[in-house]
Amino acid sequence: MRPVTTVNVDRPRKGFGEWTYLGPIFKGLAVTMRHFLRNLFGQQDVATIQYPEEVRQYSERMRGRHILTTREDGSLRCVACYMCETACPADCITIVADEDPEATVEWEKIPVSFEIDLLRCVFCGFCVDACPKQALIMSRKHEMVFTTRDEAVVGIEELKQKGPIEEEDLGYRPYY
Amino acid sequence: MTVSTLESSGNPLAKFLPDHEELSVITAADGFTEITTDRSRVIEVLRALRDRPELDCNLLLDVCGVDYPENEQRFEVVYHLTSLDKGHRVRVRVPVEEEDPRVPTAYGIWKAADWFEREAWDLMGIRFDGHPNLRRILTHEAFQGHALRKDYDPEKRWVLTEAETFVPDWVTESDDEDQFETQIINIGPSHPATHGTLRIVARLDGEVITKAECEIGYLHRCFEKMSETHSWSEVIPFTDRLNYCSSMINGVGYALGVEQMLGIEAPPRAQVVRVILSEFSRIMDHAVCLGATLVDIGALTNFWYFFQPREEIYTLLEACAGGRLTVSYARIGGLAHDVPADFEEQVRYLLGYIPKFIDDVDKLVTTNRIFRGRTEGVGALSAEEALAWGWTGPCLRACGVPYDLRRARPYLGYENYEFDIPVASTGDSYARYLVRMEEMRQSLRIIEQAIDNLPGGPVITDNHHAALPPKPKVYSEMESLIWHFKLIYEGIKVPAGSAYTATEGANGELGYYLISDGKGKPYRIKVRPPCFAIFQAYSHLLEGCLVPDAIAILSSLNIIAGELDR
Repeated sequence: MRPVTTVNVDRPRKGFGEWTYLGPIFKGLAVTMRHFLRNLFGQQDVATIQYPEEVRQYSERMRGRHILTTREDGSLRCVACYMCETACPADCITIVADEDPEATVEWEKIPVSFEIDLLRCVFCGFCVDACPKQALIMSRKHEMVFTTRDEAVVGIEELKQKGPIEEEDLGYRPYY
Repeated sequence: MTVSTLESSGNPLAKFLPDHEELSVITAADGFTEITTDRSRVIEVLRALRDRPELDCNLLLDVCGVDYPENEQRFEVVYHLTSLDKGHRVRVRVPVEEEDPRVPTAYGIWKAADWFEREAWDLMGIRFDGHPNLRRILTHEAFQGHALRKDYDPEKRWVLTEAETFVPDWVTESDDEDQFETQIINIGPSHPATHGTLRIVARLDGEVITKAECEIGYLHRCFEKMSETHSWSEVIPFTDRLNYCSSMINGVGYALGVEQMLGIEAPPRAQVVRVILSEFSRIMDHAVCLGATLVDIGALTNFWYFFQPREEIYTLLEACAGGRLTVSYARIGGLAHDVPADFEEQVRYLLGYIPKFIDDVDKLVTTNRIFRGRTEGVGALSAEEALAWGWTGPCLRACGVPYDLRRARPYLGYENYEFDIPVASTGDSYARYLVRMEEMRQSLRIIEQAIDNLPGGPVITDNHHAALPPKPKVYSEMESLIWHFKLIYEGIKVPAGSAYTATEGANGELGYYLISDGKGKPYRIKVRPPCFAIFQAYSHLLEGCLVPDAIAILSSLNIIAGELDR
């Protein structure tokens, strides 16, 4: 256990320079001029990103729009176990399950409807953590435009992965 | 509900209380001295707690109501107190009947009770006799019922209109003959200088504010009610939205509270990562606060200088957690997943990157006479006053009280780090600026020590009563899959009991008072938001100030509406 050490930060006024404004003003000008000149010549440390021409590169863990993954044959990996719906803090997932008519085993559950209300979603990733089949993962896509509220409720068609999984802009998912 | 106790009698503080033979005084599992009394004696007990030198409880942390519909006396008012010098913490529980839910007000003992009691009235319907201004605070004026009562349906909706907005009584009072130029202005609820939705009604005499009153609750999202209908782990994304400028600290504080109730601890690596990211969050929070303060008084450049490191810190948080603002990274028992491979490199880069910007701002404004003229002596509060109002954090330290929970009650191994607590003595806006500037540097010091000693190993506990098993095991092992299902469907079974956990948030003491009934959901969560206590003093600070000073004070207090309104 270390002792409680304090440091006093009081700063009484001192010196003629501070009293006349001038010293600190020139000091401040020097700082802004340094930034200005460095940004003007060479040193590219301008923090501004020219959005939307230029976009910030996000990490592999970025939590964006959801993807429902598929098996090799194109069927959904989801088995409608309701784990994501239960784990969702925003209560934005609605699943309707039914028996798979094409099941090879005796019976198998599939989602006939899987809806996420993207306007309710808080993008916390708890659904991805909850999924025991790696059927629900997230992409890095975070720019979404809707013109009506109903449009924001997306179903299987919109969420299902398009093409090979490597081609999606993958974000938050188990093992990266 | 029973509270497990370490010892049923022999509490060292009991003998100093008046007529202590008739009181129930125990040491609760979370280390609090727990006093149960009835309302006829509560003021006597509270007064003794403050005034007896052996008890010396000078800081009222929180007042809240709890509803137990099954109990004979349905409601309970809970006071949390602490003594800064002695270090002990006290909880006073006062059961009251449903038919007559009244308790005498503690406003006369600690001014901090003001808003906390109003909140208990608003959300739980407990009347505080003698309170000077017992109005609703978080919900709308026309709201019916008391939302945190167990029989209040969470699905219930109200249509509330602007026609019913609150107007203080003194606004309509007839004008004093002498003050012929008196006028009333509204600052907010949507005003660039309020940094969030809050409303200040001020009476002006010329440019001097003669009286003011604040109205909050515009961002009330029923955090506490919502928590009661979700599992313990699902509350974590909600905590991100309390103080959204430093969301990591909130999540860590909450996780620590639940871990304490479960009797588990996060692995060492998770603890160190929590420290690093919490301290980065603190830097961001202070940077936003100072940047905004300086913008409000006309120094825009500093805002840009502070936002550059903030962006870079967000990039680090996003690389760890996947989200920038609302990170949801903490989990009960550790962290969501391990930090990325280049974590250490990124942290070291930031350690070299951030100080330049702090120094730049330091050079620009610290000695600048215009800035000093705008902030020195503005919104000054003495240490006694600040404690009476329940201030904590940088605002209290600016008044000269070196109270920092990282030292006073260390958690996450803060006792192993070397850092100083910055204190100032004047308690004005300038002192708050200086304290925050130094705190950023001290946070960097902590991060430097933490990253040097970052241990390896797992980042989440292997206790599957609390944490989900690792994914590869869930996919391949039956047992892990069962744990996974049980945890998600039933939630974490936190043992019945209650605990108050406090961590040093960016604004001060962030407390979580958690009550569990042993089922999978929290029975009651009460957050003690630091800026709630700070902001209640604001309208009193304003009296006699100029309007531009009001803005300088408001931003230097760092009011975050998400935390204020919950």
